[in-house]
Amino acid sequence: MPNKETLLEWYRQMTLIRQFEEKCHALYWDKRITGVYMHLYSGHEAIGVGAVAALREDDHAITSYRDHGIALARGIDPKPLMAEMMGKKTGISGGKGGSMHLASREHNFWGGYAIVAGHLPLAAGIALESRYNDKDAVVLCLLGDGASNNGYFHEALNMSAIWDLPVIWLIENNGYGMGTAVHRVSGQPELHKKAVAYGMKDLGCVDGQQVLEVYEAVSEAVAYARERGPVMLEAVTYRYSGHGVSDRQYNTRLEDELRDWLENKDPNKLFCQYLQSKYKGIDEQLHQLDLAMHALVEEAVEYAESQPAPTYDDLFTNVYA
Amino acid sequence: MGQKNLPMREALRRALLEEMRRDEKIFVMGEEVGYWQGTHRVTRGFIDEFGEKRVRDTPISEMAIAGVAVGAAMAGLRPVAEMMTINFAFLAFDAIINHAAKIRYMFDGQFTVPLVIRAASGWGDQATASHSHTPEPIFAHFPGLYVGCPATPADAYGMLKASIRDDNPVLFTESIALYSRPGPVPDDEDYLVPIGKSDVKREGQHVTLVAYARGVDWALQAANDLAKEGIECEVVDLRWLRPLDLEPVYESFKKTNRCVVVEESLPHFSFGSEIAAQLQENAFDYMDAPIKRVTAADVPLPFAKEIELMALPNKDKVIQAVREVL
Ligand SMILES: Cc1ncc(C[n+]2csc(CCOP(=O)(O)OP(=O)(O)O)c2C)c(N)n1
Ligand SMILES: [Mg+2]
Repeated sequence: MPNKETLLEWYRQMTLIRQFEEKCHALYWDKRITGVYMHLYSGHEAIGVGAVAALREDDHAITSYRDHGIALARGIDPKPLMAEMMGKKTGISGGKGGSMHLASREHNFWGGYAIVAGHLPLAAGIALESRYNDKDAVVLCLLGDGASNNGYFHEALNMSAIWDLPVIWLIENNGYGMGTAVHRVSGQPELHKKAVAYGMKDLGCVDGQQVLEVYEAVSEAVAYARERGPVMLEAVTYRYSGHGVSDRQYNTRLEDELRDWLENKDPNKLFCQYLQSKYKGIDEQLHQLDLAMHALVEEAVEYAESQPAPTYDDLFTNVYA
Repeated sequence: MGQKNLPMREALRRALLEEMRRDEKIFVMGEEVGYWQGTHRVTRGFIDEFGEKRVRDTPISEMAIAGVAVGAAMAGLRPVAEMMTINFAFLAFDAIINHAAKIRYMFDGQFTVPLVIRAASGWGDQATASHSHTPEPIFAHFPGLYVGCPATPADAYGMLKASIRDDNPVLFTESIALYSRPGPVPDDEDYLVPIGKSDVKREGQHVTLVAYARGVDWALQAANDLAKEGIECEVVDLRWLRPLDLEPVYESFKKTNRCVVVEESLPHFSFGSEIAAQLQENAFDYMDAPIKRVTAADVPLPFAKEIELMALPNKDKVIQAVREVL
């Protein structure tokens, strides 16, 4: 069981992610962040934080375009992340990648990828390097429910299975791929069961709104992957702001469903309540963390807005090594 | 004949809707084409009118979207499959190229593939490298496939109808930047733009501008500006990259002796390369200046708006190229 300090660190991260995402949303509608694509992590916080907490520093993480939360959970400074949202030269990807393509080599965060399921084989490849060089690092690969219906999924999972690659395939099942509900497009709606087809360890399904549950399940998955090989886990969650920021109709269509998740299953609220009941008198400490994260995000915005944009020469750098 | 002023998206929607009403063999399939009403709203309202049998929401399975559509077409249906954007057609490339384009030939005519694959195409709006492709010329590389790329609502309407009625596979791309652009569309349910027929969009005697899709828009904008200084550009819209109809280009070139090719795609092994090659082969004697190409910069497209715009073609780059050949 993680100690109080660890739990508070998780609370800090979950709060930071929520504040960061809400700020991004506001900045987008304010046109201070531009572009067509930005997919927020609000609602998923317990998965990102709980799963990344189960990793060692030398373990790896890779995800889809819904990547802000994983970047923050991996400990990347919000400043270069916010600068990336605004396409600045000092952004984490030099302003070239944008919201969907955050990565930090230094943090073993191998990036967000905008082609659905395209990052799955990459995860297997990163895991292959670990086995190849007799390391015991594992790869946490987060993917959406929708990604599990793509051809990439089948090929990457099968290859990871035959070569015993240390990958944790963690499906963030938020109920939808864009506007399409899971059961309409997946013959097997219990997504974790897809592991069975590859002879892969199926660790079942957890409540993705409970950070402790996620942490425990992913810890078990990590231990298995390190020792044996690939393993699949599903975490059930919900996305709060539609598919992407420009998708305004979704939440109005499913207002009741959204309200239920916000009121009764919000991961940050649930974890806050848990901490309050476990540690009497912790409220003030939590409140201070809230304020500190608010300030951190504001600082990141200030920093990002003060940064220079890339210039013409940058257009041509890093096309090749 | 009457006409209506419609944005390209609505012209496409009507074309598809009318064809589906006309022929029950036609159905649409793709990601979010049904209940979401189409990512680009081209299939808005279809699920209500035609139901789930003919408006099929698919999983995010591009390989199967294209491949299943090929099989259904071989078996006698007339699928109109949608790739949400052309970027995802890369995942379906094999089904499109090795199967849709070649099945008729490989089996010596035993099968036909009356298939249309629609895809939104183009870059801009900071969609970033993986979501910013205009790869029509790549698809046009392969015999057996037609490639249609309308630049106006009327062409979108008539070209999509012609594609659906044809018995060959057509990759049909729709420029995202042009979806909302209005233009006159004929009030005629049988209005067809013949497959493989180019169109002169503006007449002029000084320079020939050759373009397709969004490139036509940049060419016309440049032509308007240049006309104010007495430079008259002829704008030839190829409309189809396959079959390629260069007759109007040769006709024009014989008059102007100068050519600028305008495209949204990348410069290497490009549309412009092909036009330039064919012009020098077939109209060398008429050439008074090097053929210029206005393309996107030869880089993956970055996110940052400032440099993204530098990488893209625009009216001013066309004007500059015209000045260089005059
Ligand atoms: C190969 C491919 N097809 C389609 C898309 C368009 N697209 C982007 S996200 C998305 C839905 C993905 O849903 P899911 O995997 O459940 O992830 P979520 O967005 O819910 O996190 C789609 C269809 C894409 N980016 N890549
Ligand atoms: Mg999903």
